[in-house]
Amino acid sequence: MSIWEYANPVKFMRTSGAILPWAVAGAALCTVGGLVWGFLTPEDYKQGSTVKIVFIHVPAAMMAINIWVMMLVASLTWLIRRHHVSALAAKAAAPVGAVMTLIALATGAIWGQPMWGTWWEWDPRLTSFLILFLFYVGYIALWSAVEDPDSAADLTGWLCLVGSVFALLSRYAVLFWNQGLHQGASLSVAEGERMSAVYRYPLYLSMLGFFLLFLALLLIRTRTEIRRRRLAALQAREARA
Amino acid sequence: MSLVAVRDLAVARGGMRAVEGVSFSLDRGEALILRGPNGVGKTTLLRTVAGLQPPVAGEVVVGDDSVAYAAHADGLKSALSVTENLRFWARVFGRTDIDAAIAAMNLGGLLERPAASLSAGQKRRLGLARLLVTGRPVWVLDEPTVSLDADSVGLFAAVLRAHLAGGGAALMATHIDLGLGEARVLDLTPYRAKPGKAETPAGFNEAFA
Amino acid sequence: MIALLLRDLTLATRAGGGFGLGLAFFLILCTLVPFGVGPQGGTLALIAPGILWVGALLACLLSLDRIFALDHEDGSLDLLATAPIPLEGVVAIKAAAHWLTTGLPLVVAAPLFGLLLHLPATATPWLVLSMLIGTPALSMLGAFGAAITVGLRRGGLLLSLLVLPLYIPTLIFGAEVIRRGAEGGSTVTPLAFLAGITAAVLALMPFAAAAALRVNLR
Repeated sequence: MSIWEYANPVKFMRTSGAILPWAVAGAALCTVGGLVWGFLTPEDYKQGSTVKIVFIHVPAAMMAINIWVMMLVASLTWLIRRHHVSALAAKAAAPVGAVMTLIALATGAIWGQPMWGTWWEWDPRLTSFLILFLFYVGYIALWSAVEDPDSAADLTGWLCLVGSVFALLSRYAVLFWNQGLHQGASLSVAEGERMSAVYRYPLYLSMLGFFLLFLALLLIRTRTEIRRRRLAALQAREARA
Repeated sequence: MSLVAVRDLAVARGGMRAVEGVSFSLDRGEALILRGPNGVGKTTLLRTVAGLQPPVAGEVVVGDDSVAYAAHADGLKSALSVTENLRFWARVFGRTDIDAAIAAMNLGGLLERPAASLSAGQKRRLGLARLLVTGRPVWVLDEPTVSLDADSVGLFAAVLRAHLAGGGAALMATHIDLGLGEARVLDLTPYRAKPGKAETPAGFNEAFA
Repeated sequence: MIALLLRDLTLATRAGGGFGLGLAFFLILCTLVPFGVGPQGGTLALIAPGILWVGALLACLLSLDRIFALDHEDGSLDLLATAPIPLEGVVAIKAAAHWLTTGLPLVVAAPLFGLLLHLPATATPWLVLSMLIGTPALSMLGAFGAAITVGLRRGGLLLSLLVLPLYIPTLIFGAEVIRRGAEGGSTVTPLAFLAGITAAVLALMPFAAAAALRVNLR
């Protein structure tokens, strides 16, 4: 029994079908729980009630990056081992990642307005997310532009590979370009900078919720892609016969 | 020692196997003509032998740098003259002599004409002359006689015969009888791939069938 | 390989080759900017490094889709793929030809455009140097984008969408070199980054572009 067996579409459909209800339920429970718990936290002495947006902003930002990394792993798996489900999973993940990036940007702007006095600031972190969003858009556009699924999978795989390097490079180039207003990492390990536990635990729950939400969406979307490919395959066979 | 050896080859188009289980070999001086209805996979098979796409199964054994490929598009630049076009391809293939090719395809009167001003048949003749300047022994030809008139077809058949006599080989798909008495014919119809699950899917359309 | 380079250069300079279009586009851009932001020399000098680099990016983009699309249409790409030149070499040569016909003229003409935008004279050498070092990366990254979109019927727009984000690091460091040069500061760090990016791109992207081409050929 190896992990590669899940590359088999039939096996993937069966297993993902069994996991899916649990992922959906877990996502609903953790996201709602984390957000309600987060909403009930006391106001921050400095940031007031605006701090509560952190329970959406940080998990969304985290997922925006993690989903791209997941797409990179899936693309590499496709390019190296030619597992079709892997390529479809990368395709299915992209729009979710793009929306997560948008949520992170939007909540950041809403938070930044009262905090920094401006809706948009060319701060390194914000800018990096905008760039990440551009990479998501390019990736999605390429998938939809190439008709032949095999070529599309290969080309988007290469784009994801090159895009990852340049997204990372841009991250550091942007840092060089503008030092920025954004506070440091919300969950930095360094003592003293650390967020107080009152906020930290609901944030953890919310992050788990967003992760499960992604898992649920990924499974649903990958299953849809597999069904769509199966339909196309049957039509192609019909056309040839 | 054969120039081309194809063993148990399967090729795919549109993510599905087109033909499978094809085996043949070509020795020096031999020609093989592929036949079969439209869409059976002649072009795909020729492209696979030329190394432009990977085989789905089986193997194609050809010597390094031995194949010259010619298909519907001639690879001509309309802004360049006949000589410039030929000289370019000769240099890409590491050769200098283009006079023999010009003489063989009867292009002598067109040398300074830009390729844009040539007729379809003249372009085709220039495209076939390109085969000669490559100096490669194995010609892989996809419908080489399209848009040629009867005289030019005769001209090309003579060139082909000289190529075979000189120790070359040719693999081609054509509907026209080139009068190559010695050429073998391979009908691809019986090799048409049977739909069904394969060990290694050729593409999405097989992986999810 | 020299033959391929010479052919591409010849084609670019013949009728319909599009040589000089990028340069003309750059000129128009540098003419339009003052109309948009006003003729004050101070403002123009301030934004000149950015405008010049963004202009170079867009001028490069203009001719990118020609790198492989024409050879794909007329079948040359199939024939080049069976030629004794490795496909990676074809990519590198075609990118080089693109740079010689688009990037190099921009580098040469840049001081003139700097003048139009009131770029301080002290910054002009840095403008030329940063463009000289940075623009080869633009051509090579563009070749990768062109290789990915070569089979598409309307690949031009998609090509810009894919390639422009890849240009961000080069743009940042390139413009920073000029800005620091204008202020008389040290340009070593951004120049080193700029050169590093170009070197890495030139070394690695031919392989990615050739892989994309192979996908589009089959």
